[in-house]
Amino acid sequence: MQVSRRSFLKVGLFGAITLAAAGGLYRALKSPTPLNRFALDGEARLALTAIVGAMLHGAIPATSAATEQAIAHTLEGIAGLPLATQKEIQDLFGLLTLGPARRFLAGVPDDWAAAKREDVIAFLQSWRLHRFMMLQSAYHALHDLIIGGWYADESTWAAINYPGPIKELS
Amino acid sequence: MTDTSHGLIVDPIQVGLAAGWKVIDAATLTDNLNIEADVAIIGTGAGGGVTAEILTLAGLKVVLIEEGALKSSKDFKMREAQAYPNLYQESGARKTKDKAINILQGRTVGGSTTINWTSSFRTPTGTLSHWQKHYGLKDYTPEAMAPWFAMMEQRLNVIVWETPPNENNDLLKRGADSLKIPTAAIRRNVKGCWNLGYCGMGCPTNAKQSMLVTTIPSALAGGATLITHARADTLQINKDTVDGLHCHALDASGLTLTGKSVTIKAKHYVVSGGAVNSPALLMRSKAPDPNGLLGKRTFLHPTVISAGLFAQEVNGFAGAPQTIYSDHFMDTQAIDGPIGYKLEAPPLHPVLFSTTMAGFGESHATMMKQFNHTQAILALMRDGFSEESIGGTVQLRDDGYPVLDYTMSDAMWDGVKRALLTMAEIQFAAGAKTVYPIHEMATGYTTWESAKQAIETLPYKPSLTRVVSAHVMGGCPMSDDTKLGVVSSTGAYHGLTNVSVHDGSIFPTSIGANPQLSIYGITARLASGLAEKLTGKPAPKLGAPA
Repeated sequence: MQVSRRSFLKVGLFGAITLAAAGGLYRALKSPTPLNRFALDGEARLALTAIVGAMLHGAIPATSAATEQAIAHTLEGIAGLPLATQKEIQDLFGLLTLGPARRFLAGVPDDWAAAKREDVIAFLQSWRLHRFMMLQSAYHALHDLIIGGWYADESTWAAINYPGPIKELS
Repeated sequence: MTDTSHGLIVDPIQVGLAAGWKVIDAATLTDNLNIEADVAIIGTGAGGGVTAEILTLAGLKVVLIEEGALKSSKDFKMREAQAYPNLYQESGARKTKDKAINILQGRTVGGSTTINWTSSFRTPTGTLSHWQKHYGLKDYTPEAMAPWFAMMEQRLNVIVWETPPNENNDLLKRGADSLKIPTAAIRRNVKGCWNLGYCGMGCPTNAKQSMLVTTIPSALAGGATLITHARADTLQINKDTVDGLHCHALDASGLTLTGKSVTIKAKHYVVSGGAVNSPALLMRSKAPDPNGLLGKRTFLHPTVISAGLFAQEVNGFAGAPQTIYSDHFMDTQAIDGPIGYKLEAPPLHPVLFSTTMAGFGESHATMMKQFNHTQAILALMRDGFSEESIGGTVQLRDDGYPVLDYTMSDAMWDGVKRALLTMAEIQFAAGAKTVYPIHEMATGYTTWESAKQAIETLPYKPSLTRVVSAHVMGGCPMSDDTKLGVVSSTGAYHGLTNVSVHDGSIFPTSIGANPQLSIYGITARLASGLAEKLTGKPAPKLGAPA
């Protein structure tokens, strides 16, 4: 963790430039459109799959069904947010799925489909404490959406010894 | 309790709708709607609800505008997955501009009173004294306010809660006791409460005497009209008078505009959208603001949290959520000195708890497995009293939607540090095995000494220290001096002949306590004055619930 954090900090400035360039490029490629609901396309789904596995490591069973469940609940959480916020999350995934941003800003060398869990953990940890507030807030958004979505699901309650609300009224 | 079927709980909203209440869901409009009334009230929370009942009983024709939906006990299933998107602003994830502070506000009929935790405090004497001294609010003495608080306490059944506190609250008391820090019991606005612990998701038994089951049904039964899924966009100002209110209809999801509009023509307009939304409406409407006060001085009671792990079960999800508090760290220092803080316990439910706990992966999963053994204390900071504590500023995005820019001052961070120290010490004194100050660079500490050392050296910065708010106040400050306030001590908007503001946005500082009873008492007084002005007759007094 220490090594990857240091190497991440070293590319900090380059990363910032990449971020600005990638963000600009991303916006330039997208024509201005009215606010739409968040949609998870193929590459973004691979990124979210990798992030879910790291964020919920220790809580989520290692099955594709569990991952699908976690992704579905994350999407349900996003669907309740104002469209302007949904667009911010869309932009975040747009950024994460650009190769240079993934490599230099997130520090994940492999494609999301092949990303190693330790690399994704290092990425989340570095954004969590990053000196750029924007990356910190992106970490918090992923944290709250993925973790909140997971524990919103009744099927996860037994594992945390939560009996749920009384049946008669729920 | 197991022999009580859901069918035995009477849902007053369903009964009223069946009896023919005038309720219009703007999501269903196929044409633009134009409506006339004596008074249009924007918002159905603490301020709007109280105002609606008083003005309706005074014989005025009232229209209530609500951005959220009409949900009632039949919908309240005690599940966070449904409650947050259905009942909260921005799904419970409204953030400050820098995204560092999460803000909980209601967006449903009854506003935040539908989803608050029932804690009922009169406005502290020190707060009222500060307002008299610095904002010229000479009528706001504890003596002058007492009858209004008493009236609303009776109306909303604010009672001493006799049931023993749950373990989550009792640990706050026991820990504080052993450190000789005084605590006291929190009064609650409940009637026949089942002690379930789900106030934050809408009361499933209608025990909580929120606006949803008290003043709003009274107003609707008295002939008022309620329009839901309508977002107040602009007051149409013609010189010094408003001659219409323009609203956008929202779809059933509450996320998109349907393209239909609702226009209200009224003799008088009462803005009760709450802090953030009320100043935003007035800003969009270009209401007179010669001294640049609108939206400024918005306060949050920035709140920080400490979690403690105990050997015994705590089950913080069960039982009345907030029953014990301590004002020791409010009372032991000058109100305009170092930041004071109030200690309370928050209810713990899986989503709120899991998103609050810092970190991810294995360490987070390990904390979650101890969910039922975890206790939490919160400290809410009293902002707005010192020269440095200027609060935040409501800004409008390009699309007119508001966002709050709030910067934590150094003095506030100093308060945060002292509060985290206090809470950890109390938790260890109560027997905690491990204490987690909620901070991204903290971990679990197993001794008071190690926690103390860590808390004293942690960096205090936005997004590193978890800061939340459930009490947004200010932005339309009240003062008869137009250099200090945009509304008068009677709630009338300076420079407009027929607009009042009745909600927590008029507070010139934060309250220094959970604000619901402050809003009830103060807006009851303002609404009674308005009723007398509009009718020329004495205002009706509100009585106890039937």
